[in-house]
Amino acid sequence: MKEQGTFRVKKGMAQMQKGGVIMDVTTVEQAKIAEDAGAVAVMALERVPADIRAAGGVARMADPVMIKQIMEAVTIPVMAKVRIGHIAEAQVMEELGVDYIDESEVLTPADEQYHINKHLFKVPFVCGARDLGEALRRISEGAAMIRTKGEPGTGNVVEAVRHMRKVMDQIRQVVGKADDELVVMAKEMGVSVEMLEEVRKEGRLPVVNFAAGGVASPADAALMMQLGSDGIFVGSGIFKADNPQKVAEAIVKATMHYNDPKLLTEVSKGLGQAMPGLEMATLTDSDRMQERGI
Amino acid sequence: MKIGVLSVQGAVSEHLKMLRLCGIEALPVREQNSLSKVKGLIIPGGESTTIGKLIEEAGLARTIKERTRNGSLAVFGTCAGMVLMAGEVSDGLENQPRLELMNIKVKRNAFGRQRESFETNLEFNAFKKPLPGVFIRSPIIEEAGEEVDILASLPEGAVAARQGSMLTTAFHPELTDDLRVHQYFIAICKEL
Repeated sequence: MKEQGTFRVKKGMAQMQKGGVIMDVTTVEQAKIAEDAGAVAVMALERVPADIRAAGGVARMADPVMIKQIMEAVTIPVMAKVRIGHIAEAQVMEELGVDYIDESEVLTPADEQYHINKHLFKVPFVCGARDLGEALRRISEGAAMIRTKGEPGTGNVVEAVRHMRKVMDQIRQVVGKADDELVVMAKEMGVSVEMLEEVRKEGRLPVVNFAAGGVASPADAALMMQLGSDGIFVGSGIFKADNPQKVAEAIVKATMHYNDPKLLTEVSKGLGQAMPGLEMATLTDSDRMQERGI
Repeated sequence: MKIGVLSVQGAVSEHLKMLRLCGIEALPVREQNSLSKVKGLIIPGGESTTIGKLIEEAGLARTIKERTRNGSLAVFGTCAGMVLMAGEVSDGLENQPRLELMNIKVKRNAFGRQRESFETNLEFNAFKKPLPGVFIRSPIIEEAGEEVDILASLPEGAVAARQGSMLTTAFHPELTDDLRVHQYFIAICKEL
């Protein structure tokens, strides 16, 4: 008997993406460039985060027609974003057959209190997190993959670095905790003791953990891999660059050879103008997407 | 005896862990030097387009083909590894670089998209008891040459096969705690 949508199958899908780069695309043409460059998956959306930021207003799920076209154009997995807590948008994406749903702070949250109960879906979910507690809360809601939130659409890697370092630091703390200390920690983080026990035993998150939100260059990707990321999401960084194809290929190679400075130097050469990027201090509190859905 | 896991992209650490649980010295292989040290090589699940492109560019594909031809390397490919080992892919991308190590014709994503990915128990020729099979956007073997032994099948088609010292499964034993398929591959490596 076949059993579909088990947690092992959902989590396993993300394990197959490790060491790879997942690229934001808005057209069939971009999806093909991403696939040719060696992306392990594409994220189909109507606008990249930098444009969502510039446009303002309410950002919703993408048009199913556009997502379907991209699904038909490439053989690699296709992911799509839904608003935090928007159960119905997620149902649309499952019906469409996307391979992974990103319950994402890049879109305007639909629910300020609750995330989607992701256990109810056969399609796996990825969610953003800034620290260990947030990551484990999302996993307990059924997320089968975690990514740093970073600060999307800025081309500035500083927040992704902060979030990855925080998660790694907290995991190291958990590994050194005694049983009674773990109980207090679980209470402070709003997570179960069992979940922290699993982190302590494995010395890592129970699911795959990617870097996202501000990765814009091959060196950014290599940096995040060195900090312990299992793989990389690139949003605006590729198709906001002068030469998307070249940047895409360079980021794929940098992610594989993240510990090889010689190769990183080679692939970093002559990439043309990168996306302009934003300094964090110029963002107001309401501009900061990472504060959504915690 | 050392066995390597092609460490380009995909479920690398899972295979390394299984080999170590079997008592084997396992090492990640991402360049020629480490490849030259191993007697067996596991090609993990991942994205076949990504892995194929990267091993071609790194020059590993050529060495793997040479060493399998002269009989000094055993290879075990899971899922994407099966696609890379297949002589023919019925719905592959044009120009997708592959290793073409086995006389099998494979269909990619044969069961559908991720939503249709599943777990099931299956009979494996070499074992008495059924094996847990985890299938993730898995391929299937549509046709196989006479020299190929089919080791496991589902109603949709064959999902495990062996040709000499080449072994392949459409499913992921590395996502379970059942060591038998890895032990089976280790035995193949020892025969070399």
